[in-house]
Amino acid sequence: MPIHEKSLIRPENILSHEKLEVDGVDVSGHWSTFIQDRVVTDYNENMEDEIAALPGGEHIHRCWQCGSCTNACTVNALNPDFNPRYWIYLIRQGMESELLRDKDIIWQCVSCHKCTHVCPRDVVPEGVMKATAHWLELKGHRPKSHSMIFDEVFSEQVFETGKIEDGRVIRGFFKRTGQALTQDWMVEMVKKVVSKLPVSLMTRMGMSALIRPRTRHWGPAREAIREYVDEQKQRERAALGLNELVAQAAAEARSAGAKQESSHV
Amino acid sequence: MSEKNKYQEVAYYPGCALEGSGHAYNRSTKALGKALGLKLKEVDNWNCCGAMEVKNIDPKLQTYLSSRVMSIAANDMGHEVVMAPCNGCYHNLKRAEYDMSKDTATIDVVNKLSGKAGHKAYQAGQVESIHALDWIKKGVGEDALKKKIRNSLEGIKVANYYGCMYTRPRHIFPEKDQGGDSESTSKPHYMDDLLAAAGAENVDFPLKTACCGGAHTLSDSETSTRLVANILQAAEAAGAEVIATECPTCHSGLEMHQIRAEKTLGIKTSVKILYFTQLLGLALGLKPRKVGIQENVSDSRAFLRERGLA
Repeated sequence: MPIHEKSLIRPENILSHEKLEVDGVDVSGHWSTFIQDRVVTDYNENMEDEIAALPGGEHIHRCWQCGSCTNACTVNALNPDFNPRYWIYLIRQGMESELLRDKDIIWQCVSCHKCTHVCPRDVVPEGVMKATAHWLELKGHRPKSHSMIFDEVFSEQVFETGKIEDGRVIRGFFKRTGQALTQDWMVEMVKKVVSKLPVSLMTRMGMSALIRPRTRHWGPAREAIREYVDEQKQRERAALGLNELVAQAAAEARSAGAKQESSHV
Repeated sequence: MSEKNKYQEVAYYPGCALEGSGHAYNRSTKALGKALGLKLKEVDNWNCCGAMEVKNIDPKLQTYLSSRVMSIAANDMGHEVVMAPCNGCYHNLKRAEYDMSKDTATIDVVNKLSGKAGHKAYQAGQVESIHALDWIKKGVGEDALKKKIRNSLEGIKVANYYGCMYTRPRHIFPEKDQGGDSESTSKPHYMDDLLAAAGAENVDFPLKTACCGGAHTLSDSETSTRLVANILQAAEAAGAEVIATECPTCHSGLEMHQIRAEKTLGIKTSVKILYFTQLLGLALGLKPRKVGIQENVSDSRAFLRERGLA
């Protein structure tokens, strides 16, 4: 069965009678297995355009469903539900409710570029995965993933100073995700480093914690990048209709409040 | 300038990781250059290339960051070759070169940002970006390298691990897969060639270009640990005593998840993890300290002593 029809054979869409006779023939049990008929009506016709408007998603329209991406995928080998080809199909069809079933794993793409390497149509599936993960978060379908938080902490530091310092990124990430820095395997690693007492290494790490590595005269670049990022964010909000969504949510909250008030009177 | 000379004095772009967790790679690359008579001129006042993160905010911004580095090397320093040992930096310079040569929207953004930031915008073709592997392979070559080996790696079984960013996606590396002695994106061999010249016995390692999960090493550690455990176990199954690396993210990922795999999955491996520059440096007779062996988390000192390399 083509991968894109797998929703049809989910247990809840399968009908099977324990006792059934048709025209005198006993078809009890699995002999009477049917796929329940259905009509899909809940298309989100904007989904492809919205994802294509996000960085990385631009070329989704080129996909011809060959499946090379999924075949090559690193994460798919660990989890068969991680299926770029299937998601690209769903997005292009506008089958949002199907896509949302996998909303909590799409962000797990490790950017190994195997899909982009083998894709015969230059869809850049890796970029589409990032754009889709982004879309799910911007639309409020799921909270920011740890991966997105890491990207933000990292990028903010680059935009701010032109360079990053590993320790600062790691501390910033653990703080923003509310995780302790003292996970046992981390303690083990630090112990290993300290046990060898590479004084120069410790001194250098200490120095970079005190003096942030930075690119000199970075100010104008920082301003230019911030301006560009703001412009892009505005453009993305417009493409995804987020301003309207927020206005609508606010209006609904107001009318709910007004109703509550009138019921109190 | 002849092909060979061009690589003998290059602009050096260490990148952020080589000043932090990957310092052993920085130290060993410089020491190796010195021992081989290759000159490195560090790119003035460089910035981060965008690594694996900025592209997820906006790929054009990542291209701008990488293009600034190439612009300084070309326009301020007059170099025609930029060498980056880090796979991430190398990949991003290549990606930027590719986008700057054909994507007009990216070119517009880079021109605009460069103007506002007050430096010349990079133009496609101004520099050739190479990896540290290209630098040794093309700047020295196996024959000349062989003549300088003082401490052969003979009998040491090595799995050469190239990772993702050095070969994928193929279209940003137009010089690869050109037949002859060119690098292959499906079965890379430059590291194998150089270490073989230094006497090492390269094992048949099927996961040369597998992914270590480096991009999610902290944000999805479970996945990274499973990917690294696969790599470590495959290397041991192939008979390797050492995994040679060429990327600071892969290197620290292998080191960190070797520990984590033992803690969380009960998978214990003892294969050593060394940068290829460290192995080559030792083979040239450099002291372990000179190539930063003490800066590795994976402790290979006893092993190297046993094999007469330290």
